[in-house]
Amino acid sequence: MRQRPWLFLLPTLALMSISAFIPLMAVINYSLHTIFAGSTPEFVGLQNYADVMGDAQFRGALLRQLTFSLLALLIEIPLGVGIALCMPRKGSAVGLSLVLLGIPLLIPYNVVGIVWRLFTQSDIGVIPRFLAVLGYDYNVSLDATDAFMTILLVDVWHWTPLVVLLAYAGLQAIPQTFYQAAEVDGASAWKTFRYVTLPKLRSVLTLGLLIRFMDSFKVYSEPLLLTGGGPGNATTFMSLFVARKAEAYELGYAGASSIIYLYVVIVMSYILFQFINRSPEERRA
Amino acid sequence: MAKIELKSLEHRYASSRKEKDSFAIEDLNIVWEDGTANALLGPSGCGKTTLLNIISGLIKPTSGSVLFDGVEVNDRPTRERHIAQVFQFPVAYDTMTVFDNLAFPLRNQGKEGNEVEARVNEIMELLDLGSLTAMKASHLNPAEKQIVSLGRGIVRKDTVALLLDEPLTVIDPILKLDLRRKLKLVQQELKLTIIYVTHDQHEALTFADHVTIVRDGFIVQSATPEELFLHPRTPFVGYFIGSPGMNTLRCEKTSDGLEIPGSSLSLPSAIASRADKLKGRIDLGIRPEFVETSAEERSDWNRFTIQMVDHAGAYQVLTLQSGSLQIKARVEDHSISKEGDPMWVNFPSEKTNLYADGERVAP
Repeated sequence: MRQRPWLFLLPTLALMSISAFIPLMAVINYSLHTIFAGSTPEFVGLQNYADVMGDAQFRGALLRQLTFSLLALLIEIPLGVGIALCMPRKGSAVGLSLVLLGIPLLIPYNVVGIVWRLFTQSDIGVIPRFLAVLGYDYNVSLDATDAFMTILLVDVWHWTPLVVLLAYAGLQAIPQTFYQAAEVDGASAWKTFRYVTLPKLRSVLTLGLLIRFMDSFKVYSEPLLLTGGGPGNATTFMSLFVARKAEAYELGYAGASSIIYLYVVIVMSYILFQFINRSPEERRA
Repeated sequence: MAKIELKSLEHRYASSRKEKDSFAIEDLNIVWEDGTANALLGPSGCGKTTLLNIISGLIKPTSGSVLFDGVEVNDRPTRERHIAQVFQFPVAYDTMTVFDNLAFPLRNQGKEGNEVEARVNEIMELLDLGSLTAMKASHLNPAEKQIVSLGRGIVRKDTVALLLDEPLTVIDPILKLDLRRKLKLVQQELKLTIIYVTHDQHEALTFADHVTIVRDGFIVQSATPEELFLHPRTPFVGYFIGSPGMNTLRCEKTSDGLEIPGSSLSLPSAIASRADKLKGRIDLGIRPEFVETSAEERSDWNRFTIQMVDHAGAYQVLTLQSGSLQIKARVEDHSISKEGDPMWVNFPSEKTNLYADGERVAP
């Protein structure tokens, strides 16, 4: 009888092992071997990990990835909350604004990449032309900063709406009484935001932050389609780096970098979660 | 502190469908004297909360005026009205400590340092919050939050009035007592003009010196608890106040006096003669407490049958039937009543109210 709970968990566990556990084990297995096309895999222990850690390209990709994700969060979370605060709360405008916000979220990644490649193409794109008018010489395929910022811009455009939707739902759930009380207490608009809105949004913002962090850390198709990881390695983010290694059939090396990559995502997510879920006072203590 | 006055007040909520706008409040006039404890009592949805929000300025009335000490404040924003308001659902700023919660309204006025500390400590002492000073508001129970919210209201010295919007609704029964005691204390210590909104007659009658009964945005009666109990102006007030509510019996005038259709009741001649000069629809109202009962036959009383006996601890509520007529009577004696037994009943004239077209007629 004591086994009965496991019986009920079995379907989920089966699905999880197919979708996560077995592939993960396979990758760990790869990471402990040297595998080249055609040859027999050779067990090398942690050698691949040592190689990866010593690889300046890997460290570059990781640093680039961290910078990218942190910038994305710093822009998308405040911007998303800001837009949500400006959105109408009732009437037919609600539906319209939700649909408009939903559009970027509904566009498939590869379409996003292609559309933005057209936007940014140096000869025909609207962005280079517009920036030229402002006197800025923009070139996504030659300038490393331009390329990096463009990928960031695409990510902000693509995913800020998700933060908006989360924040908007959170705002709608705050009882009106709290705002009335703040008004009676003579609180300014900023103080109302600081002491009523923000604390009440904490749980949805935690969710948004984690989702956005994990997602942005996996950014792949945008740099692949827009810049191909270049110029140089300027937009070679982690998943692109790993994919390149796998494509080159360095499976052991790719496996080891994948595992390190996964580890970094988990650790960073945990740190973020801990950071947000403790109030400022508790942090100070 | 101030006298609060509402003159020809009207408020309607624009309905989203293009139907007739719905009135929340219609042509309402009332005065709450400076430093008095008042209650606004009425069933849910009768416009009580709307009225409070109009006083505090959270809602702008469609027409009419709000006066504080004779000065119209219609155009004054909430923060400049210096009203304290405690809402139905306890509001505390979760990220702040109890101390900071109480200091919040003062700091919003630009006060700082010792002045804030001294005043906050004073209020904390009054409300017995001392042990919670450094506690985060998120750790408080609803009753404590409600006390904090009360404290935030009264911490400003320039508070004009304290508005309480069903403040005990979400509070545990045991903690309710404590909170009610604190409210009373605040009223006595600070001599605040308090308006207490509730749908619970017990809360209203025990707290306030003056109770206003509201129904569908109208004031039905505004009087002391005793007056409301003894002389309810309409059968609605009679039923709404009291537990169980007043018995209201529809009467008809006949050549022999007063008759109650559906029963063969004979009414005392004193009542019949009072009804003599009345016109229109006549109702007789008598509280279950005042219905005289006897298990033994009484010659000039009416015979009823006991339908139901409800035990309420110290007393019993009997449901009595005669023909198709049902009334309630409250008896203190536990030994006499059994369902199915006969019971002789009398309506003493001096305790019986008569209503002509729904309005009480003084004897």
